[in-house]
Amino acid sequence: MMEETLTFIIAKYNYWAALVLLLIGLFAMISKNNLVKKVIGMSIFQSAIILFYVSMGEKRGSTIPVLLEHGHGQVDHAIDVAAYANPLPHVLMLTAIVVGVSTLGVALAIIQKIHRVHGTIEEDEILESIKE
Amino acid sequence: MKKIAFLITLAIGVLLLRAAVDLPDWGDPNSPASLHVSPYYITKSLEETAVPNFVTSVLADYRSYDTMFETTVIFCAGITVLTLLRRARRVSKKVIKPRPARKGSDLILQNAVRLLLPTIQLFAFYVLAHGHHSPGGGFQGGVILGAGFILLAIAYDMHMVFQRLREKTVLLLSGIGVAIYAGIGALCLVLGKNFLGYAALSRILGTTEVMAHSDGILGVEIGVAITVLAIMFSLYIDLASGGDLDEGL
Repeated sequence: MMEETLTFIIAKYNYWAALVLLLIGLFAMISKNNLVKKVIGMSIFQSAIILFYVSMGEKRGSTIPVLLEHGHGQVDHAIDVAAYANPLPHVLMLTAIVVGVSTLGVALAIIQKIHRVHGTIEEDEILESIKE
Repeated sequence: MKKIAFLITLAIGVLLLRAAVDLPDWGDPNSPASLHVSPYYITKSLEETAVPNFVTSVLADYRSYDTMFETTVIFCAGITVLTLLRRARRVSKKVIKPRPARKGSDLILQNAVRLLLPTIQLFAFYVLAHGHHSPGGGFQGGVILGAGFILLAIAYDMHMVFQRLREKTVLLLSGIGVAIYAGIGALCLVLGKNFLGYAALSRILGTTEVMAHSDGILGVEIGVAITVLAIMFSLYIDLASGGDLDEGL
């Protein structure tokens, strides 16, 4: 029983890592009062998703998704699918990383704008300043 | 507040933990994600597009609509930051007083940047152009190019960079990149294939249809790189100076 549980935990350890990162990010986004800390939480959350996707594409003993025979034209033998990691999660995360950077830029710009108007980036102080 | 947040996080954690039990094991070659379209990409990429890097061929050929709109998202993000922050100089007082402009110069930093910058830019072009055969491509090359300009702006100051690359040029470049991507797609449409069906380019390039795929991918990657370069630099100059484009960091 003990051994089974241990094998189960080890067999899926990529999900545990992604899960822990995701929860840290989520907790920061909900509980933190400072807007920049919320944005940091969002970035950690994004990293968790990226880790999750890329680890889904991994096959045991496979290499990066670039064909070993570099050259144009035909390969004369059949290509072993299991020898290359799944390219699809890599593609999705490649764009997600760059889009993540741009959304981070937008978030920081909004925070700068808020600071310009209210003079603070603490959420409760902003709410008070709106009430006045 | 902290307690409620902790409870919500805990509840979601338990739910996700329950879901993770059913997910395939780490490194399982027969996981559902690796069974349907991915074997097709791996076996057919070289045959159909002459690109040994599957990531590049999937990014810019099989899923090129996706990438085109991702580029548009980056473009929109850049424009959003610009409209939020940018303002004409000395219209309103800054809330945070900027540090006084640095007099003199940091000799070691500036000379190191002078040595590094050509290498960074050359490497960026290598990553961009060699994306068909090694990890790399438009997004990565564009980010490295943009990082080079940001490094220059940090080591010297923004005015020095603007003498070489004006803000107007940066914004023009970000539009040009998206236009190159969409333009290649429209060109394929005019030549009688689907939007972004690169096989149509073989007629004007005078190559086989397979090589036309490869060349079309390179074309859109260049478009992506130009947009990413411009938007990364535009994000930096707007965020670092609060939209005034004066001293920066």
